[in-house]
Amino acid sequence: MGFYDLSTPFIYILFLLLLPFGIPNILLYLLAFGTGLTLDAFYDTMGVHATACVVLAFVRISFISISLNRDAIDDPEPSLSYMGFQWFSLYAFLCVIAHHLVLFFLETFRLSEIGYTLMRCGLSCIFTLLIILLVEFIFYRRTSR
Amino acid sequence: MRNLWIFVSRYNAFFLFIIFFLLGIYFTVKNNAYQRSVTLNSSNEVVGTAYERLNIFKRYLNLGMVNDSLAAENAKLKGQLLALNTVDTAKDIKVIDTLTDQQYTYLAAKVVKNSVTLRNNIMTINKGSVDGIKNGMAVIAPQRGVVGLIRDVSEHLATIQSLLHKDTRISVSLKKNHALGSLVWGDGNFDIRKAFIKEVPNHIKMYVGDSVVTSGYGSFPAGIFVGKIVKPNVATNDNFLSGELNLVTDFSTLQYVYVIKDKKAEEQKALESLVKPNE
Repeated sequence: MGFYDLSTPFIYILFLLLLPFGIPNILLYLLAFGTGLTLDAFYDTMGVHATACVVLAFVRISFISISLNRDAIDDPEPSLSYMGFQWFSLYAFLCVIAHHLVLFFLETFRLSEIGYTLMRCGLSCIFTLLIILLVEFIFYRRTSR
Repeated sequence: MRNLWIFVSRYNAFFLFIIFFLLGIYFTVKNNAYQRSVTLNSSNEVVGTAYERLNIFKRYLNLGMVNDSLAAENAKLKGQLLALNTVDTAKDIKVIDTLTDQQYTYLAAKVVKNSVTLRNNIMTINKGSVDGIKNGMAVIAPQRGVVGLIRDVSEHLATIQSLLHKDTRISVSLKKNHALGSLVWGDGNFDIRKAFIKEVPNHIKMYVGDSVVTSGYGSFPAGIFVGKIVKPNVATNDNFLSGELNLVTDFSTLQYVYVIKDKKAEEQKALESLVKPNE
């Protein structure tokens, strides 16, 4: 039994994760929605990715406002280079899992296959998270902190 | 208002999330056939169940109307049945008479006032002279059994002198041998389920369980089942027999009655009035 057919990485959400700190909420939501709609246009799943991205945006805003002091933010963007591995991995993990949960449940749209959906979701989360960290490490800029 | 605005703008992330999330869900459901079918089906189920519940109530509330229409339909059907059974014997060939020469027609009426506890009981029904009801018409119960005779008629209402009245005498006969008698009620026994058949000729033998039907000599059509003998051969002082019988009509639960219109009643009355009494 293989797991390859179950896990699908969605790396495009890295774009939403890496938007700068100072971005207004409304713009963030619009960008998230637009990104999602673009994905939907190609996946032919109108609205599924858009909704998932909006949820991701909400999680992003909430997590940032809880974990960071708004006035003390001097870093331009929440990337691995600026924020460090610990913060970034938790940030990415929460955003990815929220996004994937909404995405897969909206796609399945029923609770009777909940085991299958959760398995797909979990495996995809791991895959996406791995690739996101990989990308972040590839474009890692050593900064003086 | 200002406080509200401050509240909204402070938690703008949340409100924007709600807006965009609902928009996304809307898009999802609207544009994807599968999701739409699931959503619509479940909502249809909810709506359908609600309508079903509502329908039970509505059905209950409409019972009166439904009863009215059913009673009217029954009357119509009974009329047709009678028309089919009426045979014109005046001609050489027996012709099954259809609607053209129907002697009796039934009219459904609702009992608006009923009494069974008095010595002389009178009922009121919701049909009157407008509906063609006249004094002396026969009234029967929906299933079977006699009720009484029309007494007074107003425009929209009429009173029935029920069988449970000292002046009501209905011409009946024993079904097995057509022996004539009179149906009366309340001679020392005021049980609304019992009545007496009187003035049966002495040579007739009555037995328990004999059926009593209307004779057809009064306003009632012949052959309407009245009841069964329970106490036969009650001897009286005169030359006639009496019997006690169980009525099939339940006067205490009457809701609908049928008034029988006899088309030939006037003609018959006119003809019979030519005969002088004690001629």
